[in-house]
Amino acid sequence: MRVTQGCFSFLPDLTDEQIAAQVQYCLDKGWAVNIEFTDDPHPRNTYWEMWGLPMFDLRDAAGIMKELADCRRVYGDRYIRVSGFDSSHGWESVRISFIVNRPREEPGFRLDRQESVGRNIRYATHSYAASRPEGERYADQ
Amino acid sequence: MKEDMTQLQEQTKPQEQTREAPLATVDLRHEFADLGVGAVLDQLDAELIGLKPVKTRIREIASLLLVERIRQKMALATTFPTLHMSFTGNPGTGKTTVALRMAGILHKLGFVRRGHVISVTRDDLVGQYIGHTAPKTKEILKKAMGGVLFIDEAYYLYRPENERDYGQEAIEILLQVMEQQREDMVVILAGYGDRMEKFFQSNPGFRSRIAHHVDFPDYSDAELLWIAELMLQQQNYRFSPEAREAFTRYIAARKTQPLFSNARSIRNALDRIRLRQANRIVAKLDRTLTADDVMAIEASDVLASRVFAKATAAGEGR
Repeated sequence: MRVTQGCFSFLPDLTDEQIAAQVQYCLDKGWAVNIEFTDDPHPRNTYWEMWGLPMFDLRDAAGIMKELADCRRVYGDRYIRVSGFDSSHGWESVRISFIVNRPREEPGFRLDRQESVGRNIRYATHSYAASRPEGERYADQ
Repeated sequence: MKEDMTQLQEQTKPQEQTREAPLATVDLRHEFADLGVGAVLDQLDAELIGLKPVKTRIREIASLLLVERIRQKMALATTFPTLHMSFTGNPGTGKTTVALRMAGILHKLGFVRRGHVISVTRDDLVGQYIGHTAPKTKEILKKAMGGVLFIDEAYYLYRPENERDYGQEAIEILLQVMEQQREDMVVILAGYGDRMEKFFQSNPGFRSRIAHHVDFPDYSDAELLWIAELMLQQQNYRFSPEAREAFTRYIAARKTQPLFSNARSIRNALDRIRLRQANRIVAKLDRTLTADDVMAIEASDVLASRVFAKATAAGEGR
């Protein structure tokens, strides 16, 4: 199941040139661009791990594309996303975020229904990937 | 970079021209005007005094770009030229000034995408403990992408007397990026001639990766006077004819004394002359001043310099 989170996720995967163009847009706006990765794509898992430090004061996308290439080399079998953080007063938050790398197999999610008091039902989303230990979730079967 | 340029051409050219086969002939003058190289070079000539070898090298680079563009239109093979440079010369010969300007020139000529300068010294590249250097150097390199990385007094990076120095690590990362990402940035090293020579001897990899070794010559007396007049003009001052004559003698005298650093010495001398001029004006309070009075520098302002006292003392001693 294809995970659709962040910008452009309903489009075909972006090529490197397209990613570089988006990153350049962020830099031109003065946002700090960060690279994050995770192996648990649960929609409520907002805290992905960062690749290196936030990259402030960059002018050109080439530097970020190099970091992305390094990140892919190490974590090519995980989800990697690029986010642009706007530090200006009043915003101070992430303005854009999009997935730039996916594992080959995306196991998707299961919906758990739990019957509780009365006839109420509680729902839980379970990521199939998370049923295996961290670090082995996308290992080739 | 090259892709950017083709895209640009496609946008500016009418559709039917892009589909056409490679051009067989090109109007050179039209191409030259199209690129705006002429304006850049004229500005350089007007604003920088002397520095013949530097201007020649910039001219060569500009010509290369023009030819590369034409070759591209004719569908001939093009490779991105190595543009890393090393500026050597005595103190005050304009190395830093030219390096800062070089970024703008390369940007206008289309060799770098953004045209900003990141000016660093050893402190910014070399870390303080094991494992600190690589991230620090890489961070600087990332910031410099798309522009010019200017490393002032580059020989401090390498300290042979301390074998545990982390400078070597920074050098290795730098060399790697200089080789692999030539399209993404231009590295300019600057420093005094003899020490740079030693630096290159102990790091042969650096010498071979730098295509342009530019030596900045010392200025002649006439050029120094010209520089002084330009500096004054920018600050809305001017020499009276006697003061100009006195300053010519000042330059000759100052040159014989130790620690002479070309244009920097001239700038410092002018700052002191402005102090003396201000003092002279304030000494007589009961009068009305004109703009001419506060702009003019008189011979007495120049002649009060210690340099003349030393020069005469030395002359009497002989």
